[in-house]
Amino acid sequence: MSFYEVIQKYDSNTIRDRIMNTKPVDVMRALEKENLTQENFMALISPAASVFLEEMARKAQQITLKHFGRAVLLYAPIYLANYCVNNCLYCGFNVYNKIERRKLTIEEVGVEAECITKNGIKHILLLTGESAKHSSVEYIKECAIEAARHFSSVSIEVYPLEVDEYKLLVENGVDGLTIYQEAYDEEVYRIMHPSGPKKDYRYRLDTPERGCVSGMRSVGIGALLGLGEWRTESFYTAMHAQYLTRKYSDVEISVSFPRMRPHAGDFDIPHPVNDREFVQIMLATRIFLKHVGITISTRENSDFRDNLVGLGITKMSAGSATEVGGYSEKRGDGQFDISDDRSVEEVRQMLYRKGFQPVFKDWQCIL
Amino acid sequence: MNNDSLIIGGVELKSRLFTGSGKYSSNALIPKVIERSGCQVVTVAVRRVDLDSKEENMLNYIPKDCILMPNTSGARNAEEAVRIARLARAMGCGNWIKIEVISDTRYLLPDNQETLKATEILAKEGFVVLPYMCPELMTAKRMRDAGAAAVMPLGAPIGTNKGLKTKELVKILIDEIDLPIIVDAGIGKPSEAAEAMELGAAAVLVNTAIASAGDPLGMAEAFSLAVKAGRMAYLAGTVEVKNFAEASSPLTGFLNE
Repeated sequence: MSFYEVIQKYDSNTIRDRIMNTKPVDVMRALEKENLTQENFMALISPAASVFLEEMARKAQQITLKHFGRAVLLYAPIYLANYCVNNCLYCGFNVYNKIERRKLTIEEVGVEAECITKNGIKHILLLTGESAKHSSVEYIKECAIEAARHFSSVSIEVYPLEVDEYKLLVENGVDGLTIYQEAYDEEVYRIMHPSGPKKDYRYRLDTPERGCVSGMRSVGIGALLGLGEWRTESFYTAMHAQYLTRKYSDVEISVSFPRMRPHAGDFDIPHPVNDREFVQIMLATRIFLKHVGITISTRENSDFRDNLVGLGITKMSAGSATEVGGYSEKRGDGQFDISDDRSVEEVRQMLYRKGFQPVFKDWQCIL
Repeated sequence: MNNDSLIIGGVELKSRLFTGSGKYSSNALIPKVIERSGCQVVTVAVRRVDLDSKEENMLNYIPKDCILMPNTSGARNAEEAVRIARLARAMGCGNWIKIEVISDTRYLLPDNQETLKATEILAKEGFVVLPYMCPELMTAKRMRDAGAAAVMPLGAPIGTNKGLKTKELVKILIDEIDLPIIVDAGIGKPSEAAEAMELGAAAVLVNTAIASAGDPLGMAEAFSLAVKAGRMAYLAGTVEVKNFAEASSPLTGFLNE
């Protein structure tokens, strides 16, 4: 049994129709409840809910305060390598994009780590493109070992791996996995990933579960907003998160809402999501899934991120660089353009000003 | 009240209100909450303890005369809890430990079985063990037999502020287990803390209700007063609740004339 069998039972058109036919009274009913159903979630991401954003924000704020307090965890990404064999139409690392391809040596990983730890960051996310040749599991493992020397928690966002490969990484200091489905609608997924190993929809969809059974303490999922129709995509994301929290109750599941940003290569965003819609998705998710973490990256600009703190965010990146070697060298092509280029200290001060507590350390490798 | 002391791990505690250190807007609030509430035992998540950072190191904010009770938050099984406890001791957090083993991220309910296993191991290693558990008599007895210094049953799931939902089960523990019973988690209002104390709880641990209050310091003081009132009421002997009115001189009152 996997989430694939669950998602097969849904028909995107039926889901969309139900969402679009939501009435204001359905939204109000959803907001009154403590434990929401799937139907209630659909009401919250409907057009009818758009006028209820303020009420949704209040509810999301209360829930977040009770369950997470005022803590916001800060982390940073390290792009280890940008070699990639996939042809994802929307990505800056697409195999056909003419960008400078690089891969860090283990020593260079250490140099990047030192730049980042100077700013107080203790939680790191290691990313690579998909290339068995350049960023093999063995390479990722060695980088993780190096990273674990500098950081108290190491997560990875790499191409889908097998269970025994995740177990190997867990044994070598990795405790978190992030893997975005990009598009839950199978047809959209097929169009967006015409070639390369990433073409395999089901394999990618099952990845969070492979992470969960491998000993990962936390698993993050999400759809890339802009690819598929956003209401159905956020519905599937929420169902996926709910499925994972029920089946793997000992894993901390979190959701992110990466939104399409400009990048190298030309790609017209099929279903752009505006700020109001983004907020609606986030609030609905927080209200529906009270204990799930919500992460926001520097794809989003500083004002926007600041306004979302307290409405559901539990984790945010800061002082990020999306180029390989971007912390020590500041050159090269990033995966996406950073919209919030504030330093870690600036983000920290912002959190204090807003009455929140920046948390730098929330785990320690106890191996 | 002179003989009404709460002694845990050989220490006579001056307050029956324990507080947490999470969910605050700033670590700097912690010493102020401690001062205003007069509490002495403060629990700290070892996962958050950052010895390398002066400003972010929570331990720097806890007054020296407080008793630090590190907790194993993040542990999903007994083995992880034991490792975290040993890590806490190695970090200089003392030898008290609140065992928190939670492998349910939806409700954050403790895993009694794994908590018991960790209690057995850590008590043998000389820790002052306070296991956080779902109120259940047989498990509490086994924890007592394993050497726990107290038992900490939840009032309601963490963060819910729902009050003493497990009242009947907590009462059973108070009546049957000869150890301090400290209600932890779920207490949302001072009146609920007082209720737990009136029942006979030895102490209560409050975190979310104080940290998320509009005025955490004011709420801390309110909780302190409630805990004292509840304890006084318990010692004074609370009257049994009756379902029917009863004349103050029942049928045999004439014998007293």
